[in-house]
Amino acid sequence: MKSFTFERAETPAKAAAAAANNENAKFIAGGTNLLDLMKLEIEVPTHLIDVNKLKLDRIEETDDGGLRIGALVRNTDLASHQTVRRDFGVLSRALLAGASGQLRNKATTAGNLLQRTRCPYFYDTNMACNKRQPGSGCSAIGGFTRQLGVVGVSDACIATNPSDMNVALRALDATVETVKPDGETRSIAIADFHRLPGDTPQVETALEHGELITAVTLPAPVGGKHIYRKVRDRASYAFALVSVAGVIQPDGTGRIAVGGVAHKPWRMEEAEAELPQGAQAVANRLFADARPTDDNEFKILLTERTIAAVLDEARA
Amino acid sequence: MQSPGKLELNRRDLMVGTAASVSLAAVTNSAHAQTQKVDAPMRNDVSFTVNGKPVSLELDNRTTLLDALREQLQLTGTKKGCDHGQCGACTVLVDGKRINSCLSLAWMHEGDEITTIEGLGTPENLHPMQSAFLEHDGYQCGYCTPGQICSAVAVLDEIKAGVPSHVTGDITADPQASELEIRERMSGNICRCGAYSNIVEAMTDVAGRPA
Repeated sequence: MKSFTFERAETPAKAAAAAANNENAKFIAGGTNLLDLMKLEIEVPTHLIDVNKLKLDRIEETDDGGLRIGALVRNTDLASHQTVRRDFGVLSRALLAGASGQLRNKATTAGNLLQRTRCPYFYDTNMACNKRQPGSGCSAIGGFTRQLGVVGVSDACIATNPSDMNVALRALDATVETVKPDGETRSIAIADFHRLPGDTPQVETALEHGELITAVTLPAPVGGKHIYRKVRDRASYAFALVSVAGVIQPDGTGRIAVGGVAHKPWRMEEAEAELPQGAQAVANRLFADARPTDDNEFKILLTERTIAAVLDEARA
Repeated sequence: MQSPGKLELNRRDLMVGTAASVSLAAVTNSAHAQTQKVDAPMRNDVSFTVNGKPVSLELDNRTTLLDALREQLQLTGTKKGCDHGQCGACTVLVDGKRINSCLSLAWMHEGDEITTIEGLGTPENLHPMQSAFLEHDGYQCGYCTPGQICSAVAVLDEIKAGVPSHVTGDITADPQASELEIRERMSGNICRCGAYSNIVEAMTDVAGRPA
């Protein structure tokens, strides 16, 4: 790990302002992803801004019946919250499907949103990676791609977003609240928060440098059955090959977001319109523009079957 | 497809290249550290409580909680396995909650109460979970055991507190300490000897005792 200095931020605006003064500064909260990457020198911040004392660790109901989740709420606490379990079950389920008990106790809501990819070529510093070193090329393309993206990919990057939580937040139409270094606040729809790789896979979110996430808000609950189904190489403590977050209504309509297939949670309203026609129709729309490799083409059929399982469970 | 022999040669070349770049980085790094030392130090003081005793340490900012416990405080019960949060050997309790001490910086624990395997029990006065691991033969080589036991103690507390898990059927109801629940909740603690079934038995035994 490279040496760094640190400071403890007192307010969200001060934290953002501190980051703006240093191009190589990073916020640290739970640290479970950042420290892992710092040990490998994939992340090399020269200054850390500890945001743990910012009192952004509350879950509150909003005036319109939704929920405002502080950026520092730990994954365990969010998954265990009674209102989340009752009204936003897909979020609890997604959180509990990710990582281990130890990691969920540390990992925060904002940190989970910003999790970096688990593409093995991003992790191996001997390999070319446009995300780790822009312009160096992509060793994943033409390499071992079984776990990598099948849709929304580019010639520069085929990495996937590893988060389970993000898939559920996409299905729930969450909004990300932020504060910029100049004190301005804004709300970013989850659909616009994560980006596709395009020519700049190193730019993963809509955040500007120094912009700090303060909360995630959920609109009022929409009812329906909340299901998160994750398919992986072992039964627990593994990243998804594919995962499906479903909120399915009694009349068969609903929402479907897919994880493990793209650089962001993959959801399309025109695919959801096909829900009454069944899983195959939905998958056909979701993957109409897919560009899989020979090694990961299976994810398309696997997603279709996982959607079918979700719809079966919703009917049961 | 490259032949395995060619790949090996490439990897060796890369290792030489990596070694050279590491030593170069070390030189620039120390120069950088000297210029920065005046206003923002690369070392700092931290105070926390370990197993009930207050401790104060002056540490390199990069020191993880795991390394502070093992290298500074000589509490070597907590083990370094993967050092990347994948194996659970470094599990300790911070303010009663289990975390991977390898993925946490020591200075971020100012004022915290840390409990390691040495603080759970002593050879003369074992924690019930330690006794149960002995009784049920919940280990072979023992390297992962301190992490397993710290995690096991926290898992039963989490179930009592109503924290749901991936295998909880109805997440709005209180979870039970079933074998399925224990196995899922212990998945962040790897045992390469494969003592899992006896670990589950030890935990089930402790969970079934009157509080």
